[in-house]
Amino acid sequence: MPKAMTHLKELEAESIHIMREVAAEFERPVMLFSSGKDSSVMLHLALKAFYPGKPPFPFLHIDTTWDFKEVYAFRNQVVAKYGLNLLVHTNMDAIRAGINPFDSGSAKYTHNMNLQGLLQALKQHKFDAAFGGARREEEKSRAKERIFSFRDKHYQWDPKNQRPEMWNIYNARINPGESIRVFPLSNWTELDIWQYIFQEKIELCPLYFAAPRPVVRRDPQLIYVNDERYPLAAGEAPSVRHVRFRTLGCYPLTGAIESQADTLPKIIEEMLLFRQSERAGRAIDHDEQGSMEQKKREGYF
Amino acid sequence: MTAVETFLHNEDIHSYLERNQRKELLRFLTCGSVDDGKSTLIGRLLHDTKTIYEDQLAAVRRDSVRHGTTGGEMDLALLTDGLKAEREQGITIDVAYRFFSTAKRKFIIADTPGHEQYTRNMATGASTCQLAIILVDARHGVLPQTRRHSFICSLLGIQHLVVTINKMDLVGYSEEKFNEIKAQYSEFAAKLDIRDIHFIPISALKGDNIVESSSYMPWYQSGPLLNHLETVHIASDRNLTDFRLPVQLVLRPNLNFRGFAGSIASGRIRVGDEVMILPSSRKTHVKSIVTADGELTEAQCPMPVVLTLAEELDISRGDVITDVENPPHFGHDFEANLVWLNEKPFNPDGSYLIKHGTRTAPTTLNIIHGIDVNTLESKAIDTLHLNEVARCEVSTTKPLAFDPYKRNRAAGAFIVIDRHTSNTVACGMILDQDLQSGPTDPWATVAGHAARAQSQITAQQRAERLAQKPGTILLTGLTGSGKATLAFELEKRLFELGKLPVVLHGLDLRRQIASDLGFSADDRSENLRRIGGIARILNDNGIIAICAVLAPLASVRQRVKKLLGADRYLEVYLSAPLEVCESRDHAGIYKLAEAGKIKVFPGISSPYEIPESPDLTLPTHELSVAESVNQIMRLLGERGWIA
Repeated sequence: MPKAMTHLKELEAESIHIMREVAAEFERPVMLFSSGKDSSVMLHLALKAFYPGKPPFPFLHIDTTWDFKEVYAFRNQVVAKYGLNLLVHTNMDAIRAGINPFDSGSAKYTHNMNLQGLLQALKQHKFDAAFGGARREEEKSRAKERIFSFRDKHYQWDPKNQRPEMWNIYNARINPGESIRVFPLSNWTELDIWQYIFQEKIELCPLYFAAPRPVVRRDPQLIYVNDERYPLAAGEAPSVRHVRFRTLGCYPLTGAIESQADTLPKIIEEMLLFRQSERAGRAIDHDEQGSMEQKKREGYF
Repeated sequence: MTAVETFLHNEDIHSYLERNQRKELLRFLTCGSVDDGKSTLIGRLLHDTKTIYEDQLAAVRRDSVRHGTTGGEMDLALLTDGLKAEREQGITIDVAYRFFSTAKRKFIIADTPGHEQYTRNMATGASTCQLAIILVDARHGVLPQTRRHSFICSLLGIQHLVVTINKMDLVGYSEEKFNEIKAQYSEFAAKLDIRDIHFIPISALKGDNIVESSSYMPWYQSGPLLNHLETVHIASDRNLTDFRLPVQLVLRPNLNFRGFAGSIASGRIRVGDEVMILPSSRKTHVKSIVTADGELTEAQCPMPVVLTLAEELDISRGDVITDVENPPHFGHDFEANLVWLNEKPFNPDGSYLIKHGTRTAPTTLNIIHGIDVNTLESKAIDTLHLNEVARCEVSTTKPLAFDPYKRNRAAGAFIVIDRHTSNTVACGMILDQDLQSGPTDPWATVAGHAARAQSQITAQQRAERLAQKPGTILLTGLTGSGKATLAFELEKRLFELGKLPVVLHGLDLRRQIASDLGFSADDRSENLRRIGGIARILNDNGIIAICAVLAPLASVRQRVKKLLGADRYLEVYLSAPLEVCESRDHAGIYKLAEAGKIKVFPGISSPYEIPESPDLTLPTHELSVAESVNQIMRLLGERGWIA
C-alpha cells in the first residue's frame, strides 16, 4: 500500500505543479531570487520541478546595492553551482538621484530601489510572469492573495477585480501587456519552510545562523554594520555580538536578533519559542497602517 | 507555558523535527455568517493552538478596546476580521487563508466571508478542501443558510462535514437542544451526498469543546473539535484506482531523454504498467518514473512526476496518460453542474473556453435547468447570474478525457473562461454520464454545435439576417399520418413569408446518409441521431429544420430534444389512428408489414409510443392540410420563432 503523503510532500507537490503550469503557459516567465530562505526554497523546488532539465526561465535579483555582502557571495555561489541564468537589475536612476537607506526614509527608499527597480526590470525584459516567494501566512493582506495574481499594464494589482481560483486549475490567460505574479509558496508557513530546509538539506545564506557580528543599536533594532558605508555617530564603535537574522533585506534596514542558534535544529527550536512574528523585524511593514496592502497595489510583491 | 514550550521541555528538538516530518495536511473550510460566530471560532482555533504571535495579539488587544464587541475583553474575531473593512471598500475577497498546526497535522483554513457572494466564495474555498465546518447557532437551529452551505459543500464534493452547534452557553449547555438540532439536520442531510457527518456542541466564545473538552457538557463524550480535526480519516478520500496524468510539459533536456511531466491527478502507477494516451488511444508501457529525488518504482496522486515511456509516441501538453483497464470517458459532450462566478451573466452567444486538467478548448454551454441552492429543487431559468447554479450541457471543440466529479474530483472539475475578458466566469463539476453514453455510444459524440465556438458569425447576426429564430420541428406519427405532406406544405408557407426552412424527410435520408441502416430499434435510433445532428447544424446556422420522421420511441425523441436544446425543439404529433393510416397505405407498406415481410414495423409489430406532452397534437384524419399548417404557424408565432 502506498504511504500517506506528509504535509511537506503535499506542499512540495502543489508548488511544483504551479511552476510547471507557468512554464507551460507563459511566454517569458522569470523567478525572483533574493538569496533569502524563501527564495532558496523556491529555487530548490524549481530545480525539482524541471529535473532532469534545468528551470526553463531566468532568475532575477533586484539589487539595491545595499544587500549584505554575505548575500552577494551566497548568490554567486548558488548561481555557479546550478548554472543558472541570473539577471541583476539596479534602479540606476535612483542611485543617480542619491537615494539611500539613511537619508531618504525607508518608505521612499524601498519604493525606489525595490519597487521601481522591479518594475523597470519586468518592463525591460517583457516578462509576463514573475515568481515570488511570498506566503499567505506572512501578513494580513497576503492571506487573501491568489496564487496567480494579475497585474494590469502598469503592473498594478486591482483587488476589486480578482479572478476566482478553483482547485489547481489556473487560468493563465492574459491580455497583451498584462502580466501575473505567481506565488508557489502561498500555502507554506515559516515553520514549513524551516522544516523543509532541514528535511531537504537546502543551503542557506550564512546570515541565518548565529555568529559574532559587529552591530550597533538603532532602537528598537540591532543593525549589523556590514561595510564602511554605515554612518556611525562620532565616537561610536560597533560591538560584537552573537546575532542572526530571521529575514534578509537591505542591511541598514534589517534588524538582527541576539541568538546562539548556529544549527538548523537550534534555529527551529528558537523559532518555535518566538513570540514575535517574522516581519516584526522589518522596517518596511510598519511605516504606515496597511502599508503592505498599499505597496501591493502599486506593484510590490 | 505554551504547548510548544511544554513539549520542548519534555523532548528534544530532533525528535520534534522527526515527528513533525510525518504530519499530514488537512484543508478545511468554515461556513457560517458573521452572526454565527465564525470569526470567533477561527480566532479561537488560532489562539488556543498558540499560532498567534505576541505582536499580533497585542494589536488585537488594542483593537478590542476600540472596535470589539466583547466589552474590552479580547475579541478573538478581530484576528481574522480585516475582511469587514475590505468589504466596505469593495475589495473582492472570495476567500482568505489561515494556517495553524498541531503535533499531528498542519491545517489550512479557507475562510470565506460575505453574505451576498456566498455561493461563489464558498465554491472557491471548498474546491481545495476535504472537510467543512458548518456553524449552527444553537438558539436558531437549522436555518435556510445552513441548508445552503451544506448543499454547496455537497456540490463541491466535500466528504466530511462537522456540524458545530455554537453558542451552547446561551442555551444553558442543553443536551436536549443539541439533540433536537442534530435530528433536524440529519433529516435534511439525508438528501445530500456526504458520507461523513459529525456533530459537536461548542461555544467558540468561551472555548468549550474547541481544543479542550467542555466541563459544562459532560453529556458529550466524543471529544472536542480540534481532536476531531486531528484524527478524522482522510487518507482514503483520494481516488487511488483510476490512473490519470494530464501532461503539463514535455521535458527534453538532451537528445537521450524525453519525459512527460505532470501531477498524478488520481490513481497510481508502477514502472512496467501499460498505459493509454488520449486522444491518440495509443498504448505503451511506463519505462521509468523520474523525480529529482531518484527514480521511483511506484507513484500516486497528487505527486508531480516525469514519466518516460517504452515507445516514442507523439504526446504533448493537454494529452492525458491513463489506465488501460478503466479509462476515463472521452468525448466532446457531457453534463455538468455549473456555478456562475462572474458579475456578467452567462451569455448564450458569448465565447467561452473550458480549462480541464491541462487542456483548454472552446466550448458551448446550454442550460438544462437551474438548481435552487436553498431547496435543491430544479427550476427553469433563461440565463445564469452570479452565484447561481445550473445543470448544463457542455460541448467542447476538442475532446476531453474526463470522469464524473463524484468519482474523481481531479478529472471531473473544470473552469470556464470568457474569451474576451479572460476572466474565470464559472466552475463546473462533471456529472455521472448516462450509462449508455460511454465512448461507444454515437449519441455522445455528435459535436455539430461545437464548431460554432470557432465561427466568427454570432447567432444574433444570423437571426438578424434571416429574420427568424432557428429551431427544429419534429413531425412524428405513424406511416401514412401525413408527415411528409405537412412538412412540405409548411416549408412552402414559411418560404413564402421570407423565412428559410429546410425539410429533412426521413424516407429521403434513408436513401442517402442512412442507406446503411435497417429498421431495428438500434438502427432507428441511429437514423434519428443522424437527422438530429443535421438539424442541429442547420439550427446553429440560423435555419429552421422540419423533420418528417416516424420516431416511434419516446426515449429517442427525448435524446433528439436534448441534442437540439429544449428551446429549439417543437414536437408535433400527427395523431391519425392506425386504421386511417392503413387505409391511406399508398405504397402498400402496411400490407407488407402485416404479411410479416417487414419484421419491425411501428404500430403493427413494434410499439409506437404516443408522445405524452407534445407541443402540438394534430388529428390529421380530421383536419385539412391547410388547417394543420395554420396551427403549426400559430405555434411558431407564439414561440417567437417567426414574427
